[in-house]
Formats: sequence, structure tokens, C-alpha cells
Amino acid sequence: MSKQSGSLRRYVLTRIGLAVPMVLILLVLVFVLMRVAPGDPISAAQGGHLTPAQLAQKRHQAGFDKPLILQFWEYLRSVLTLNFGTTISDGRSVSSIIVQNGGVTLTLAVGAVVVALGLGVPLGLLAGRYRDSAGDTVTRVFAIVTYATPVFFLGLLAQLLFSSHLGWLPSSGQADTLVQLNVPTKTHILLLDALISGQWDAVWNIFQHYLLPWITLGLLIVGVFIRMIRINLIQTLQGDYVEAARARGIKESDVVVKHAFRNSLVPVVTVLGLQIAMLLGGAVLTEKTFNLSGLGSMLINYINSRDYIAVQGLVTFFALVVVVISMLIDFINALIDPRVRY
Amino acid sequence: MSAHVTSPEPAPAGTADTSRPVLSVRDLRVWYGTPRGPVRAVDSVDFDVRPGETLGLVGESGCGKSTLGRGVLGLAPEGAAVDGEVNFRGTNLVSLSKKQLQELRGPELGLIFQEPMTRLNPLMRISEHFAETLKTHEPGLTKDQVRERALEALRGMGIPPSRYHNYPHEFSGGMRQRIMIALALVLRPAFVVADEPTTALDVLVEAQIIRILADLRRNFDTALVLITHNLGIVAEACDRVAVMYAGRIVEQGDAREVFARPQHPYTQELLRSTISLSTTGLHYIPGAPPDLVEPPTGCRFHPRCPKAMKVCAAVEPPDVLLNSGSTSACWHQAQNIAGAIPPEHATDGREPLALAEEISVADEA
Amino acid sequence: MTQTALTSAPEPGSLPVGPTPAGKRFRGLRRFLAPIRQAHGMPKAMLWTGGIITALLALTAILAPLIAPYSFDAYQSGGHQFPKQGHPSGTHLFGTTVQNFDVLSRVVYGARTALEVMILAVVFSLILGVLLGLLAGYLGGWLDRILVLVMDALFAFPYLLLAIVAGFMLSGIIGGGVVTAALSITIVYIPQYFRVVRSSALSAREQVYVEAARAMGAKPSTIVRKYLFGNVIQSVPVIATMNAGDAISTLAGLGFLGLGIQPTEAAEWGYDLQRAIDDVNSGMWWTALYPGLAIVLAILGFTLLGEGLNDVYNPTIRRRRIIRAVLPVPTARKRLHEAAGNGGGTGSTTGDNGKAGTTSETGTTPEEGDGQ
Repeated sequence: MSKQSGSLRRYVLTRIGLAVPMVLILLVLVFVLMRVAPGDPISAAQGGHLTPAQLAQKRHQAGFDKPLILQFWEYLRSVLTLNFGTTISDGRSVSSIIVQNGGVTLTLAVGAVVVALGLGVPLGLLAGRYRDSAGDTVTRVFAIVTYATPVFFLGLLAQLLFSSHLGWLPSSGQADTLVQLNVPTKTHILLLDALISGQWDAVWNIFQHYLLPWITLGLLIVGVFIRMIRINLIQTLQGDYVEAARARGIKESDVVVKHAFRNSLVPVVTVLGLQIAMLLGGAVLTEKTFNLSGLGSMLINYINSRDYIAVQGLVTFFALVVVVISMLIDFINALIDPRVRY
Repeated sequence: MSAHVTSPEPAPAGTADTSRPVLSVRDLRVWYGTPRGPVRAVDSVDFDVRPGETLGLVGESGCGKSTLGRGVLGLAPEGAAVDGEVNFRGTNLVSLSKKQLQELRGPELGLIFQEPMTRLNPLMRISEHFAETLKTHEPGLTKDQVRERALEALRGMGIPPSRYHNYPHEFSGGMRQRIMIALALVLRPAFVVADEPTTALDVLVEAQIIRILADLRRNFDTALVLITHNLGIVAEACDRVAVMYAGRIVEQGDAREVFARPQHPYTQELLRSTISLSTTGLHYIPGAPPDLVEPPTGCRFHPRCPKAMKVCAAVEPPDVLLNSGSTSACWHQAQNIAGAIPPEHATDGREPLALAEEISVADEA
Repeated sequence: MTQTALTSAPEPGSLPVGPTPAGKRFRGLRRFLAPIRQAHGMPKAMLWTGGIITALLALTAILAPLIAPYSFDAYQSGGHQFPKQGHPSGTHLFGTTVQNFDVLSRVVYGARTALEVMILAVVFSLILGVLLGLLAGYLGGWLDRILVLVMDALFAFPYLLLAIVAGFMLSGIIGGGVVTAALSITIVYIPQYFRVVRSSALSAREQVYVEAARAMGAKPSTIVRKYLFGNVIQSVPVIATMNAGDAISTLAGLGFLGLGIQPTEAAEWGYDLQRAIDDVNSGMWWTALYPGLAIVLAILGFTLLGEGLNDVYNPTIRRRRIIRAVLPVPTARKRLHEAAGNGGGTGSTTGDNGKAGTTSETGTTPEEGDGQ
């Protein structure tokens, strides 16, 4: 056992080591992307409103009059200290935006993953188990259609049906205003705060608000899960160790569940990791559709006010999130699948 | 099917040097469906295996050996049609339900595979493989009993108890094959098919595995069908041998007898093709095994047979039980039996085929 | 087009270079087309449905001025102003928007925009991805390592965010038009082509035949053209088709966020949907439904086409159809006993199944055998 945990630790360390160059490259990428525009961020954002002297003053404050390499060095340093700068347009620190608005995005993303898994795993397994049946075909078509439907259109349709016509669910925001005001802020994650304070009405209200966004965003990625699980199961069922299990007289139900299902679900974790990018992009659109003030909405707002510092800070944060999550996914994989550690 | 096959008579008392067969196969056919038509992978095959006996099943790849081994155990792939009789201790396995077959596999019937590397579930510890197998067939076992039985089986294969909780990927190929064997034998099946168990392994491990299989039948009276294309293994490890060609058994008999005096031209050619220290030149059988969707008429070997006669291309040869105890499905043995050759071929049937072919057509590219 | 037509009738005037026999030039094309012709079942259905939808989309885009009743930016006709948020009616089949635009016209012209941006984006990313991939795979070294790192980073990055940032920066330089939108989508798909082309370039570099060609003095350009494109030609169409659907989705996403094409420049479905958010909240359905359906159909067409191609070329998914074999009534095999004295047979012909070892004759006969 100790030998195994040792190999796991070694794996984790190696994986972290591999993530470092990735982070560096991403940072360079963001930095370069943010500076391909002519002129500099400050004049781009506030060119018309300030006198040249004020502008120069602002540029100096933000360090945009320094050489590029020095600017990059300071950018690196600020990222390492998790301080992503202060916005030009409204003077908020990017880290406080992340803390205050990140909860919405997190709640949205986690709920969407739950929906995607809750729907995708059983559907994928059934489609693969009863391959080429009518149900399989329907499931495959469903997967393709959900993939082809943009989240925002699906979101609008859901709003039309469940909010405007049926009036069952609220169409925007993460809770009623009164609820938002009455829940004491602890974690900046409204649902969690409501749970902690034991306000069950608030929890229910928040849940109702998030239901449509969760389903909408979940359906965006469910197709990928269905397809992946279906193909995995089909391949596993034809696999060598499944035949070997049959040859030992293992019950067919056990062969399917214990040998095929379990093994075909291992790559799901990996797929989930690959879907994070899609999920984050989808989250931006979902937030916009349902008027949720998460990080995606904030990013769009700052883009519209041409606030380069805010955009750079938020994009950097997104990049770090992607790297960290893909790392976490690999760790989980190593825990589940003993072969990965070697 | 029972219309023409009477169940095998019990071995006549007194003469039998062995007891009743554990498994006797009669007219077994396993055909696969393909868009071009059915593939006659196993086409009317008969054989018996007695307790403690090893029957070697040899032939070129693609001749139906593996299909035969799986068909006997009810593991023919989806869509395959199986008929005939696989008589295992009085029950015909072909007529059993999937569920009944599943219950027999493990405690009564076992299968050892060719490639050990992929046959163990990578996410399950060795211990879990054993626990699952034992608990399925003997639900009453306690945890300790499971462990005891498993460790005993592993010890027999030279796997130390300290490795019991390891994962498959932590073992070498040879060790995995021994684990697979232990797993197949932990319930002491009376009949085991070993499908090229050593092909994927190196020569030293091969010898080890063969010795283990030999011990097995000595110690537990297990009846074994050893599928291989390695004639050396047959000579070393098998009591009897069945030579398969294009879905049929063309010759079978006592291993030493068949090797010393092969009767069927295919067996003769196969033996000539093996390499030994005394080999001076490489011999091979020209041509390739036939297409099993449309096998050749008459004897399936006739297009490649150096001794083919005219009758061979037209009429399927009967199985001839020779005085040596071997059986050979060849006109060279059958022609001497009065009335064997149908009257229409009685006059020119014995003429060599090669001559006739040259004269007729060269339609084959 | 049949196979024989392709081999026997190459266009005589085309591509006069080199001594390559004309038949060989089409080998890649034939290798590409053959599996499509053999497709059946689900892949075939997907190919057909996708193909038809895509063709309809292209037709709509090309004939937009003929199909659409008004221009995409018309808010009046003949001095008569269109109603604001008007219900679908005889004059406006799909209704009108909050900006008095005719929804049907905007949906029809939107196909044109989507197709333009999609084609530009796919072509740009194809050219850049393939070139960079060839460079990296063929030259190797530092350039390769850096390119791989950058491409991996781009690939890992949330693609919509990438397009957003790219669009944000580009609009600062060249303004928000079709080309800006296409360019910001381009950057998203470069890594995919890069990866495929680089890995086949790498493997081709190791191949014996390329080695041999180089030894015989073939120019690098010849090697690239003849050997690499042959390998790449099967995977790139699949990726390109999939990306086409994706590009339309990304364009609509950008438009929905207000970052795409300016509404005065062209009709864009995503932008129309953004304008429809408030309509939806007040229960108006037509401004959202029609552009949305158009997006779904367009993406669906390319996705089905791509999926179909993928199924056809990717054998891990391809199904060996299970065909049940039917066994005919067995013909009784003849079984004969060799007589002890080589004389007449024992007479029994059929049905005597005493086989090796089970009969009383075992071991009683001396080894005279027969037929030696």
C-alpha cells in the first residue's frame, strides 16, 4: 500500500511540474494577445475623456510606459501573488471581482456538470448496451441535436416555455432581490450561504432560479458524454477481459455492470476535463442569457467598456482555472485507474 | 440432429484403457454470418476427450481451431449459428440456455486464452478476480475460504501470496498467464480448453506453462483440449492429436501414431513444414487456406494437395477409421474400401488430379 | 462518379507537372470517396441529412436577395415603416423585430453571413494550421517545440473566450466586420489542423518510402505534396466539416455577446438573438425562434456531415453488422472402417459414429496401416 501511495505522490509531483511550462505559455499568450492592439490599453479605454497629461499620469501609474519585457515581468509577478490588477473603468481589484462574482459561475458550472453526468451516464450506458436498437438511435440523435443547439438559444427557448408561457420558473437572476439581501454573505456562493444560514425558502428560491441555467448549460456538454460513454462501452463489451469474465461463468449482469460499465466510465473523468473549456465558454453565454452576474458576464461588461486591465486579469484567471482543473482531473484519474500512476 | 447421430456408445468394457469421455463432440457446426454468406468456421466436427487426457488441436491459423474451442464452451460470437452435439457428462451443451451454460463455465468448463496481457480487468485486483469467480459459483464461501482457495490455486502456479492484492499491470506476461490459469482452474473444471496459451509468451515461459498444464491433468484428471499451431508442443504434451483444416478435422489419433505415420496428406505436409535441427530446407504448403464462405468441393484440401485424385475434387472423402486407431478423412485411405467411391467416379476417380486440371481450364488466376 | 471514371478519364489539361501518371493523382481522392460510397445505416443517413441541410443553407445564402422579401437592414418599404415587434403576418411571415427589421429577411441574409464567416475561418485556419504543422513536423527542432507548446496552450484555452479576446483585440485594429469575426474564429481551430498535420508529417518523415524518395533527390516540396497530403487528406475533411459547424456556433456566440459583426454590416443570427432576450421575457417568441432555428439547422447540417464522415473513416465506431448464419440440414458424413485385411469395407457406411479410440478395434491391428 505504501508503495502505491508513494507512486501516487510521485505522479502528482511530476504532473505539477508539467503544468508549470503550460502556465507560462498561457501567460505569455494572454500578455501578447492583450498587446497586439496599437497604442496602449489606457489610451484605448479612455482616450477621448482625459487630457494628455492625465493620460500620461494614468499610463505611468499602470506601468504602461515601461519597456514590454519589464511589463511582462510585473505581470508575471502580479499573477504569482494572485493579484490580477485593478480595473481601469471602475477601480475594483480583479481579485475581488473573482471572489464576489466567481460564486455564480461556480454554482452554474457545478450544477451543469451534475446535470450532464446525471443524464449522460445512464443514456450513454443504455445506448451502448442496447446498441443499434431504436433507443440507441434516438439517444444518438439527441446527442447530436443538443450539440448543435447553441446554449443561448436553448436558454431562450426554456425561458419562453417555462417562464413566459407556463410561469413555472423565474427567467433571470440567481435569486429574488429580497432573498439576495437577506442571505448573510459568507462564502460569496449564494446557494451555499443560504444553506449555511438554514434559510430553506431562500435555498428553494435560488434553486428555482438556477434550474434552467443548469439544464441549459448541462445539455451543452451532455452530448459529448453520451457519445464517449456509448463508444467506450461498446468497445469494452467486445474487449478481452469481458470475454474472459464470461469464460469464467460470471453472471451476464455482473459482466456488464462490474466489468464493462465500470471500465467504460473511467475515461469520463478525462472527458470531463476536456469539457471544462467548453463549459467555461458556455457559462459566459448562459450567464448572459439568464442575466447572471458571474465572471463571464463581468468579462463581457469589461470588454464592452474596453477595460484592458480587467479583461487581462479575468482571462488570466480563466487560463489558470483551466490548468488547475485539468491537473485535478489527472489526479482523480490516477486515483481511479491504477495504471495511470505508472 | 439426433436423426443421424446416435449418441456415442459407452466405451466397451474391457478394451478401454481409459474411462468414458468427459466430453464428446458430434457433428458440431459453428457458422458465422457475413454479407457474403455464412463462414463455415467449424463444419461437422467430431472428437472425444477423456478425463486426464490432452487432445492437441492443430492447424494453420484461420482453420477454425479457436472457433471450435469457443463453440464447445458456448462462447461462439453473437450471430453465429451452432448445431450438433457437445455431450458433456450426459448433457448436450448446445441445447442449454445461456444461463445454464454460464453456470457450468467455471466449475465444469474452463477456457485459457492466448493473450494474457489483456484478459484481466485492469481495474480489479487479482484478489477481486478470484473472489468474483469463486463467489459466483459457490455463493456460500466465506471471505477466508475464498482467500484460502485462491491462494492455493495461485501457489500451484508459483505466484506468491504477497502478490494477491496486486493489480494486473504489476505482473509480467508469463505471470499473468499463470494467474489466468489459476483463475480458470480454481473451481477445478473437468474440461478445459487452452487456446494457444503460450503463443504470446517467450520460450522459457512456454515450457513452464506446458509443464503446469501437464501436471494439471495428472493431478486433477482434467480433460484438456490444447489448441496450438506448434507441433512441438503437441508432441510433448498431448496424448492425442486432431488436425484441423478448413473447418474440418482431417485426421485424429494417438499423437505418437499420427506423428510417426501421418495418413492424411495435409498432416504429412504440415509435419514436413516444421523446422527442426535436421531440417535442411524449408518446406511449405503452397497456396493459402481456402475461403470458408465457399469452400472447395470434394475434399477441402484438394486444391493444395500434392496427391489429389480426380475423385477428391468431386466427392467429399469419408472419415476412415484406420486399423491403427486413427481416423483420416482422405480418399487415399477410403479408396481401398469396397463401394466407397461412388460408381460414377469408379473408373477415373483414382487418376491424379494435377493432370486433369492442366487439361481442363486455367480459370483460377 | 464511379471509380473507373476517375481512373480512366483524368482531366487532360489539369496540373501538367511531373511525370506522375494521371491515375495516381486521383488515388487520394478515390481513397477518400470509396468509404463514402460504401456507407450504410446510420452514417449514410447522417451523410445524406447533413448534405441536404448544408446544400439548402448554401442555396439560401447564394440566393438570399431573391428569397428574402426585404433587405436585412430595411425598416421600411415604399415609404411605409415596418411595425415594431410586429406579429408574424402576411407581409412579414416571421414578424418584425424591436428595430423594425423583417425577421424572415434577416434569417435569410444571416445564412449568407454565417457561410461567409465559416468559409473564411475554415480556410484561414486550414492554411495556417497545415502550414505550421508541416513546418513543425518536417523541420522539427526548437521551432517544433515552441509551436507545440503554443498550440497546446491555445487548444486548452476555452475556445469561446479565445475568440472573444481575439475579436476584442482585432476589432480595436480593423473594426468589427465579417473578416474580423472570421479571423477571431480562425485562431480557435488552428491547433486542430496543426496537430493532425504535424503528427502525419512526423510519421511520414520516418517512413521508408519518404526516406527513399529523399535519397533519390526528390525536392522537399515534392515529398510534401505527394506523400504528406496523401496521408492528411482523410482526416482533414472530417475536422474541417466539424469545425464548420463549430465556427457557425462560435460566430453566433460572439454575436450574442455583442462582439461579432456590427448589425449594420450584415445580418447575423447571434446578434438577433441577443436583441430577442428582452422580447422573450415579455413572451414574444418569433424574434428568438426563427434565427435560433436557423443556427441549429446550420450547425446540425455540418455536424451530421462531419459525424457521418467520421463514422465512415473511423473504424473504431464502424459496426460489423451482425448477420445471423442459418444452418442448412446437415448432410450425413460418411464414416468407414478400414477392414483388417485391406479387403472390402465393413459395409457400414453412414451413421456409424464409432470414432477413434471408442471402438473395439483400437490397438488390435498391427501397424500395417494402408496406402503407404
